[in-house]
Amino acid sequence: MAEEKKPSLFEKGGKLYWLHSSIDAFDTFLRVPGTVTAKGAHIRDAVDLKRVMIIVVIALIPAALLGMYNTGYQAALAVGASWGFWKMFWYGLLKVLPLFIVSYAVGLGIEFADAQIKGEEVNEGYLVTGFLIPLIVPVDVPLWMLALAVAFAVIFGKCVFGGTGMNIWNPALLARAFLFFSYPSKMSGSDVWVHIPKGQTVVDGFSGATPLAVADEAGHHTVDALSAAGWDWWSLVSGLVPGSVGETSVIAILLGAVILIWTGVASWKIMVSAVAGGLLVGWLGQIAGATALPCWYQLILGGFAFGTVFMATDPVTSAQTEKGKWIYGFLVGALAVTVRLWNPGYAEGMMLAILLMNTFAPLIDHCVVSAATSRRIGKKKTA
Amino acid sequence: MAENIDLKRGLDIPLKGVAERKVNALAESECIAVCPGDFPGFSPRLLVAEGDRVLAGSPVLADKKHPEILLTAPASGIVKSIVRGDKRKLLAVVINADEQRSYVDFGAQDPTALDGDAVKDLLLRSGLFAAILQRPYGILTDPALKPKSIFISAFSSAPLAPDEDFALGDQAEDIQTGILALSRLTDGGVHLGLSQKNYSKSPFHKLEGAIIQIVSGPHPAGNVGVQISHIAPIKKGDTVWTVSLLMVAAIGRLLRTGKVMLDRKVAVTGPAAVNPAYVEALPGTPVAALTTISEGIRVISGDVLTGKAVGKEGFLGFFDNQLTLLREGPEREILGWAKPFRPKIFSASKSYFSWLTPGKKYDLDTNLHGGQRAFVLSKCFTDVTPMDIFPIYLIKACLAGDIEKMEQYGIYEVLPEDLALCDYVDPSKNEIQAIIQSGIDLMIREMV
Repeated sequence: MAEEKKPSLFEKGGKLYWLHSSIDAFDTFLRVPGTVTAKGAHIRDAVDLKRVMIIVVIALIPAALLGMYNTGYQAALAVGASWGFWKMFWYGLLKVLPLFIVSYAVGLGIEFADAQIKGEEVNEGYLVTGFLIPLIVPVDVPLWMLALAVAFAVIFGKCVFGGTGMNIWNPALLARAFLFFSYPSKMSGSDVWVHIPKGQTVVDGFSGATPLAVADEAGHHTVDALSAAGWDWWSLVSGLVPGSVGETSVIAILLGAVILIWTGVASWKIMVSAVAGGLLVGWLGQIAGATALPCWYQLILGGFAFGTVFMATDPVTSAQTEKGKWIYGFLVGALAVTVRLWNPGYAEGMMLAILLMNTFAPLIDHCVVSAATSRRIGKKKTA
Repeated sequence: MAENIDLKRGLDIPLKGVAERKVNALAESECIAVCPGDFPGFSPRLLVAEGDRVLAGSPVLADKKHPEILLTAPASGIVKSIVRGDKRKLLAVVINADEQRSYVDFGAQDPTALDGDAVKDLLLRSGLFAAILQRPYGILTDPALKPKSIFISAFSSAPLAPDEDFALGDQAEDIQTGILALSRLTDGGVHLGLSQKNYSKSPFHKLEGAIIQIVSGPHPAGNVGVQISHIAPIKKGDTVWTVSLLMVAAIGRLLRTGKVMLDRKVAVTGPAAVNPAYVEALPGTPVAALTTISEGIRVISGDVLTGKAVGKEGFLGFFDNQLTLLREGPEREILGWAKPFRPKIFSASKSYFSWLTPGKKYDLDTNLHGGQRAFVLSKCFTDVTPMDIFPIYLIKACLAGDIEKMEQYGIYEVLPEDLALCDYVDPSKNEIQAIIQSGIDLMIREMV
């Protein structure tokens, strides 16, 4: 018999075993667990949830970098300064980085505490959520508000349901919704989207409103209203306009979309159908006279692209069946533009559309599965 | 006319160590074991004692529930030991085999001259009835039942599976006789699933008395369950039987010679196999006699997805003609999940770069490559399950133990082996096969 090994500090029986959730999290972060298969298939794919999550984070990086640059760009524009590229980027980095730090510190802190209380392993979902949240808030959001929103989203959006994989709503969007309804003055209007350097005055004519709000304020959405503010379709696509940190650049978001679709982490069906839904309602709105904007403007304005690519496709909170994904995505796109065009209160509808469809995704799946099941059982009877 | 079943979904895992088409000599081995654990649903009652003499074909164990179902000795000799495990569970009856095998003579017969009852009686007496599994549930069947039809898959698509043309090609006559005998047992006909790969050259495509389906596609196309679900899905109340091609050959040989001859060409495969090739052996042969096994190697009787880890002291399973050897993988790779490239590990997902080297074969080990988590991705399951079911819904119904939902979502159509690839691809590292098995066990407890 081999000699009984004394358990080390963090092993079962060791003095600090109660900390094992947190220690395991760091340990498996640094080194792949040494677990070997015990039952079932003897070999397993190299992919794990950490890999899936890091892919999403990589896909978000272009949007984050452009968001940082744009923060500096808008600030320079607001005060009429002429900064170089690196100065703008550096300025934006300094403004955006605290958002990331607060998001991860608060969110991961709660995740670790939760895992510690339950005695489970820390799950990786927050790697993505923590990266998403800074990208969907205005750059000027007070950090304590952000911390509060993150805490709300993680505790009530995820932990109470049992963690990543069990949640009903996208936690990042819950954080945004929390801010939106609790502190509307910091989440809408024309003063929150651009960080004005301290002690400097804004140049005449700079409004700071988002293109979506500008188009909306003109009563009827028009291209003229946008061009009066100095924006054409290209500035909307490239993303050098006011808005939430990561949502403005359609190009950066498309880069992310390519990564997500190619790796199969996010469903292209949801993205395609959301675009179709948005286009259709945008076109109907044009016909009905609710907007004068061509329908494809709906795709490049506001958070539509970001929501479609990174939020609606969350594999946990979206529809699970392939047919369900088409329906779910379509309704996300259609509802978002419906809110934009016909709701006088809110300029943007993407967040609410996705949260609402998160709620209904299980129902969509239920209908798809029930229909398929009754077809299958019916088919067998005739066979 | 043969029908085609063209499957698109599935996955062929590119594993190193395919068996070369040659037969190596079997190392000396005196022992042959009869392991009741090889037969799902069999609860053993011992018919022999240590020191008894048995012939090849003599009954060794009987089923407690259906005493007419017997397990017989594959070789003649003296019963050496009766191996028991925890709670005195009977694990194996080990026979010290004679050098020259002597057989119980059941009498050679012409299957076309026999009726169903005579065939059934012969199979029961010879112990080969236990080679028949029923669907649903994949267990030994009640001899009193008449199956709706009988399904045979003439090929395996599992990783490194033996090439059936090579392993059984010379037994086409036995297989033909076996098919004719089995067709006496059902009114619904015998279905034979042939691989589309080199179909015209296959020694099996001229077989008569069976309804032939030609199946193409990646694994699990060769699984009989997948084939059934495309030919005639099993509904509540149906019973069909499945017999592996290996066992059809044994049944045919029994009729032609009157002897129970379970000899088979066993493919010794896997990345850790030294000179992977075939070995002629009986079921119950100690695996150590089949190949050299070094330290830190997992020995699997069967394929890498569904086989059983038998250990160095284990025996070749009754239904298996494949042995897979794998390195254990307890090493902990630093920042493995974050590395852009991990060229030594295959991933079916595109989150690694295995797709850049489509022809490459991999030396995979048994590492889980991650920690267990809640289900997050579910499309990966659908992508490897070419059946008309929603895998994630069935899995969750099994977890919940909800019989009504399990029925709706297709529990009658699947065995764990049909969802074995879900085990492989799941990034959340859940034990899908174990979950499905627990669902099936619950069904058996509640329904039978």
